[in-house]
Amino acid sequence: MKYQSQKVAYAYFLVAMGLFAIQVMGGLLAGWVYISPNTLSVLVPFNVIRMIHTNALIVWLLLGFFGAAYYLVPEESEREIFSVKLAYLQLIILVVGTLGAVGSYLIGIHGGREFLEQPLWVKLGILVAAVIFLVNISLTVLAGKKTAITNILLMGLWLLSLLWIFAFINPDNLSLDKMYWWFVVHLWVEATWELVMAAILGFLMLKLTGVDREVIEKWLYVIVATALFSGILGTGHHFFWIGTPSYWQWVGSIFSTFEVVPFFAMMSFAFIMVWKGRRNHPNKAALLWSLGASTVAFFGAGVWGFLHTLHGVNYYTHGTQITAAHGHLSFYGAYVALNLAMFTYAMPVLRNRAPYNQVLNMVSFWLMTGGMAFMTFTLTFAGTIQTHMQRIVGDYYMDVQDQLGLFYIMRFGSGVAVVLGALLFIYSMLVVRREVVKPGPIAQPGE
Amino acid sequence: MSEILTKSRARNVFYGGSIFFVVVFVALTVQSHYYITNKSTAGMELTDEVVLGKHVWERHSCINCHTLHGEGAYFAPELGNVMTRWGAMDDPELAYEILDGWMKAQPSGIEGRRQMPYFEITDEEMRGLAEFLRWADQTDTQNWPPNDAG
Repeated sequence: MKYQSQKVAYAYFLVAMGLFAIQVMGGLLAGWVYISPNTLSVLVPFNVIRMIHTNALIVWLLLGFFGAAYYLVPEESEREIFSVKLAYLQLIILVVGTLGAVGSYLIGIHGGREFLEQPLWVKLGILVAAVIFLVNISLTVLAGKKTAITNILLMGLWLLSLLWIFAFINPDNLSLDKMYWWFVVHLWVEATWELVMAAILGFLMLKLTGVDREVIEKWLYVIVATALFSGILGTGHHFFWIGTPSYWQWVGSIFSTFEVVPFFAMMSFAFIMVWKGRRNHPNKAALLWSLGASTVAFFGAGVWGFLHTLHGVNYYTHGTQITAAHGHLSFYGAYVALNLAMFTYAMPVLRNRAPYNQVLNMVSFWLMTGGMAFMTFTLTFAGTIQTHMQRIVGDYYMDVQDQLGLFYIMRFGSGVAVVLGALLFIYSMLVVRREVVKPGPIAQPGE
Repeated sequence: MSEILTKSRARNVFYGGSIFFVVVFVALTVQSHYYITNKSTAGMELTDEVVLGKHVWERHSCINCHTLHGEGAYFAPELGNVMTRWGAMDDPELAYEILDGWMKAQPSGIEGRRQMPYFEITDEEMRGLAEFLRWADQTDTQNWPPNDAG
C-alpha cells in the first residue's frame, strides 16, 4: 500500500462482502420458494425476498466500485485521498441506508418500481453519499496526475450518479414511468457501469501484467467508445413493447446487437495484455478472476444478451425465464466477478501481507462460475419451453410453470454451489492465514 | 494501426461520438414522450382513479412477482393484458368485481401452489387498481403479448 488513505477501501470491501453473502442467500431462498412455494409465504412473501436479493446485489456492487475507486485513485493520481473522513462518512450513510431499506422491506414498507423500491429517505441518502463521493474523488484527481484510467472511472461514476436523478422521477403515466425507469436501469448496467468496469479492468491489467500504460489506455478509450456508441441507443431494446414508437424495434435491435462488441473487446484486451505482459505477478487468483470476469461478461452480457435482443425474437421471449437467465449470467460476469477480481487483488495489499489462500480462492471461482453457468443453462431451457408453450401455443402461465419444476430444482442445486463458492471466497479472503496448498518448485524451462 | 490511432485520437473519438449519440437519444426520447402521451396511451383518460390504482400497485410491489408489459419478476402471470384475459376490458364494474373476488381469496393456502399474499386494500383502492389495469391494457404495445395467455 503506497498511500495510507487507500486503507478506506478495506472497509468498503468488507461491507460489500457482507452484503454479497446476504444477496446470494436471499437468492437461494427465492430459488427454494420456486420449489416449495409455501415457504414463508405469509411472513416474507416472494416479492420481498426478491427485493432484498436484487437490492443487496446493486448496493454491494456499488460499494465495490466506490472501494475500488478509493483504492486505485491514490495510486493513479499519486496522492492521498482528499478527505478520509468524508470517505468513511459516505460509507456510514450507505450502510445506514441499506440496513434501513432492508428493515423497511421486511415490515412491508417499500416502493413499487423494480430495483428502485427504497423508501424516499434512503434514495436521498444515496444521493448525498454519491455527492460526497464525487466531491472527494474529483478533488483528489484534480489535484494530482490525470490518467485515462481515472478519467474513464470518474466519467462513469459521475454519469451514473447523475442518472440516479431519474430514480426520483415517477410519472403517473405507466409508459412514461417505464421509459424513464430505464434511464437508471439500462444506462447504468449497459453504459455507465461498463465505463467503471473497463477502468478497473485496465487498472488490474496494468498491475498484474506490467504492459505499458500507453497501450492499455489506448485500448481503454476504444473499449468505452464502443460501449457508449452501442449502449446509449441500445436502450431501445427495452422500448419495444411498453407503449413507445415502433421505430425503436429497429434502433434497439441494431444498436443492442453492437453491445456485444465492448464485451468482446474487454475479453480480448484482458487475454492480449496477459499474453504480452512479461510480469510474473504472484497473485494468480486475481489474474484468474480478471480473465474470468471478462470472459463470463462476454457470454452473459454479450452472447446471452444477443440471444433475445432482436425484436423478432424478443416478441416471443420477452419477460420469460430467458430474461432471468441472461440477467443472472451478465451480472455475475460483468460486475460480480470483476469486483471479486479487485477484492482478490487489493485485499492482500490492504492487509499488508502476501497473497495467501489463492488455491481456495481459485476453487471458489470455479464453484461460483460453474454454478452460475449451470443456472443459466437450466433457466435458458426453462425459458425456451415457456416461450413455446405460453407464447406460441398459448397455454396459461401457471399451467406452463407447473411443467418447469425439474428445471427449478436444478436451478436450486446450482444456487447451492454458488452460495458455497461465495462463502468460500469470503473465508479465503478474511480467515485463512497461510497457504493451504504448497506451490511446487520453480520449474526449469523445457528443452 | 498504432500511428493512425493514437491515444489522444481514440479519446477524442470517444468523447465526440458519445456526445453525438446522447443528442440523438435525447431527441428520440422527446419524440417518444409525446408519442406516449398523445397516441399510444391516449385511448383511455388518465383519471385520478387510475393514478390511485398505480399507487396501490406500487405500494404492494406487485412488480416483484408479476410482469407488466413483460417487465418485472417472472414468478407470477403477466398483468398488462389481464383485463382482456378476464373479458373485462370494456366493463369497469366487471373488472372490479373479478379483481376484488380474486384478491380477497388470497392466499389460497394450497400446498405446492405459488401463494399470492393477502393485501389490505379498501374498496376505493380496489376500484383504482382495476382501472389502472384496464388503463395499462389499452396501451398500444405494438401487439405484445403474442396472445391472451400473456
